[in-house]
Amino acid sequence: MSGHNENTSVDKHEHVPSYGKNVMIWLALVALTALTVTVASVNLGNYTFFVAMLIASIKAMLVINIFMHIKYDDILMKSILIACGLVFTVIIIMYSFDLFNTYTG
Amino acid sequence: MSTTSVDAHEHSNNHAGHGYGDNNQLYVHFHRDDYGSKFGMWLFLFTEVLLFGGLFILYYGYRIAYPHDYHNAAMELNIVMGAVNTLVLLTSSLTMVLSIVALRRKSIKTSLFYLIVTFGFGATFCVNKYFEWSAKIHHGIFPGSMELRETRPAGEVVFFGLYYLMTGLHTFHVIVGMVIMVFCFIFIRTGTINSDKYIVLENAGLYWHLVDLIWIFLFPLFYLLH
Repeated sequence: MSGHNENTSVDKHEHVPSYGKNVMIWLALVALTALTVTVASVNLGNYTFFVAMLIASIKAMLVINIFMHIKYDDILMKSILIACGLVFTVIIIMYSFDLFNTYTG
Repeated sequence: MSTTSVDAHEHSNNHAGHGYGDNNQLYVHFHRDDYGSKFGMWLFLFTEVLLFGGLFILYYGYRIAYPHDYHNAAMELNIVMGAVNTLVLLTSSLTMVLSIVALRRKSIKTSLFYLIVTFGFGATFCVNKYFEWSAKIHHGIFPGSMELRETRPAGEVVFFGLYYLMTGLHTFHVIVGMVIMVFCFIFIRTGTINSDKYIVLENAGLYWHLVDLIWIFLFPLFYLLH
């Protein structure tokens, strides 16, 4: 995840990805999968959901940044990804207010 | 394309057109915009995210409504099966990336090899899903079944309904991804996709990673939270 900061220019074709780095990311993804399966067998009560989603989000970030290459893309590509994430987050948060009022209020 | 001028990395608003150059020779200008192709692919992926996002929100809403039914229903899903499929998709994402890396390094054979491996992983995923669904259907658990309607509480009916809908829609995407890979394989063989013009393979890769991404969330939500 380091040493590629020089590739922030507009031309994405300057960054030629390497085999080794992608294999490392894959290993990290496999390790996180093992972790989430292990954690699932431990009773964390109400935190189970959040821990599972946290690990899934870390895995998603690795896939989006490295495999999907967004880390090396320009700000336009990044900003529309962020916009999409924000829309989804806002919907989830607003819906959560309604849900928790209905079922726990 | 080989005899015409190609603006590979231009982001300008040039349009395809033709005209007369020096010596009154007709030239045709093919416009190629890799950046635009990729941007369009990302826009499409966002519509996909919102398609699945709606279903995730539905899942979430019913999870809050029926926490205990969700827990009980999730116990019935096979974690090993789900974990194996997770590893299969993660590894297929890696081989897809390696296929693109190989192509950009001009090793066509390696690229084709990794593409075939990726296709194989996709097929493995579908076979696993087939056995998983068969086992559930064998136990009478499928949308509208007598077992679900008459003996299970509402939350479990919703859980399994969403399970079939979301994993089904996801597996459909896996199959579409595999079909796209077949086209990529042919195009690499014919040289239409090559070490300079690899955007089609790159976009196919983006699609495949999205399929992987969705599974990254489906797996814990359906298999692990019990």
